[in-house]
Amino acid sequence: MPRRAAPRRVTAEPPVVRWLLIGVALMFLGLFLVVPLAAVFTEAFAKGIGFYFHSFNDANTLAAIKLTFIAAGIAVPLNCVFGVAAAWAIAKFDFRGKTVLITLIDLPFSVSPVVSGMIYVLLFGAQGLVGPWFIAHDIQIIFAVPGIVLATIFVTFPFVARELIPLMQAQGRTEEEAAHVLGASGWQTFWRVTMPNIKWGLIYGVILCNARAMGEFGAVSVVSGHIRGQTNTIPLHVEILYNEYNFVGAFAVASLLTFLAIVTLVLKTWVERKHTGSAGRKIDMIT
Amino acid sequence: MANKNNSVLPGFKLTLGYTVLYLGLIVLIPLACTFWKASALTWDQFWHIVTAPRVLASYRLSFGASFLAALINLFFGLLVAWVLVRYQFWGKRFVDALVDLPFALPTAVAGIALTAIYAPNGWIGHWLAPLGIKVAYTWLGVLVALTFIGLPFIVRTVQPVLEDFDREIEESAASLGANRWQTFWRVTLPILRPALLTGFTLAFARALGEYGSVVFIAGNMPMKTEITPLLIITKLEEFDYPGATAIAVVMLVASFVLLLAINFLQWWSHRHYAPT
Repeated sequence: MPRRAAPRRVTAEPPVVRWLLIGVALMFLGLFLVVPLAAVFTEAFAKGIGFYFHSFNDANTLAAIKLTFIAAGIAVPLNCVFGVAAAWAIAKFDFRGKTVLITLIDLPFSVSPVVSGMIYVLLFGAQGLVGPWFIAHDIQIIFAVPGIVLATIFVTFPFVARELIPLMQAQGRTEEEAAHVLGASGWQTFWRVTMPNIKWGLIYGVILCNARAMGEFGAVSVVSGHIRGQTNTIPLHVEILYNEYNFVGAFAVASLLTFLAIVTLVLKTWVERKHTGSAGRKIDMIT
Repeated sequence: MANKNNSVLPGFKLTLGYTVLYLGLIVLIPLACTFWKASALTWDQFWHIVTAPRVLASYRLSFGASFLAALINLFFGLLVAWVLVRYQFWGKRFVDALVDLPFALPTAVAGIALTAIYAPNGWIGHWLAPLGIKVAYTWLGVLVALTFIGLPFIVRTVQPVLEDFDREIEESAASLGANRWQTFWRVTLPILRPALLTGFTLAFARALGEYGSVVFIAGNMPMKTEITPLLIITKLEEFDYPGATAIAVVMLVASFVLLLAINFLQWWSHRHYAPT
């Protein structure tokens, strides 16, 4: 809005008010967002850069990093396939109960992370419904890697689906129908027609899904059992180091996750520019 | 779900079948199990667990702090959205991207960072300590963590409404003699009300279930600074599964009610303010 020389519009605030509002808003964001970010790196480097890198030279830290990648590496692709399938069914066909289905897909977002983990303990734990069967067959789910993967899948369940459903609904069916009538098979239609259209929406969903998968704490904490080197993800390892008063170590490992968060925000902003569909729907990340 | 298909496209049974199966296995069956487990308790047992003094104290803290945090964010979220939409300033795009930090930053990291800042020897804590204000390890710490967690919700619900806002409405108010404040209070704010309410409910719902960022800063003293999700974890660690399940059912019912409220609010705001 280049209106520097023009007289002030009736719907504009006086400059003093404007700058006061900007100042207060920036102070609030500075206090709540910038200061914590700065604190992570300051604490991580509190004993120098050598000590910082020393924190990663630890078998348990490396095991935690590995487990986080395994959990996200399973949860993200599975939720991606689900998201595409759900969006295809919902956007390309008419059936009764569609609204209910969409609400149910969103359900995991409104469940507390702690409860998300707990439901699997009730199901697969030693006193659980199907737990004794698995234990009898020597399959450990709770306090082991499968439980962590399950909890991660649950908390990241809706991310890809809720990005693709409105996008594919808005795009309609005519392009796919044309391809199909011209003789393309289902797969050809999907890969050559649908996929290019939903590419950026899918990438957007994956970025958000991955960030949550790698950073999840509450749900994973309930099912993990906190066995060092075996069932600790990066966030759980941060907690252990912190509770042992190894603050530099805790913040050093936390700085990895902070770096992940910054990369997520940068990628997200970049994709929002590419994929105008989600530019106006930033709320997607959360609801 | 009866199939009354009129689409020529293939894959309906496959994709819908897979969607329902995966949803059932991962989400619906485990959630249903929780209610089924809780139903093993008699009503008296259930009531006794969920109204124990320690549990009631945790509701007071969880609901109270979540409500206050959502109120703080209601005010500052509107301010941030307003500033981002209406004004130009250097670094605005950076600030806009930064608003989503609480979604992207793992909650455990937020928790230890906020604790370090507000501890009595921390950057902000050491200024507050001489004034007799303790933030970390008190309910104020819980409030700070929940404010951080809920920060983006109101900004992101109000921002698009403000972007689509027809400035001519404000111009007509001004031409009819309203001053800037009257225009804001009587014209602009009522139009933003559904978005504000939606954002407030979202922030409140998120704060209610929040665990990771709160446990580090809260101090976790029973009856004083213990949030409800932590109480569930404590019961699980004591292998008191009926106790954990009963409290979880209370939390689940609260989140379902909030989910319904959010759906209603979104339907309401679409109905009122759909672009014409």
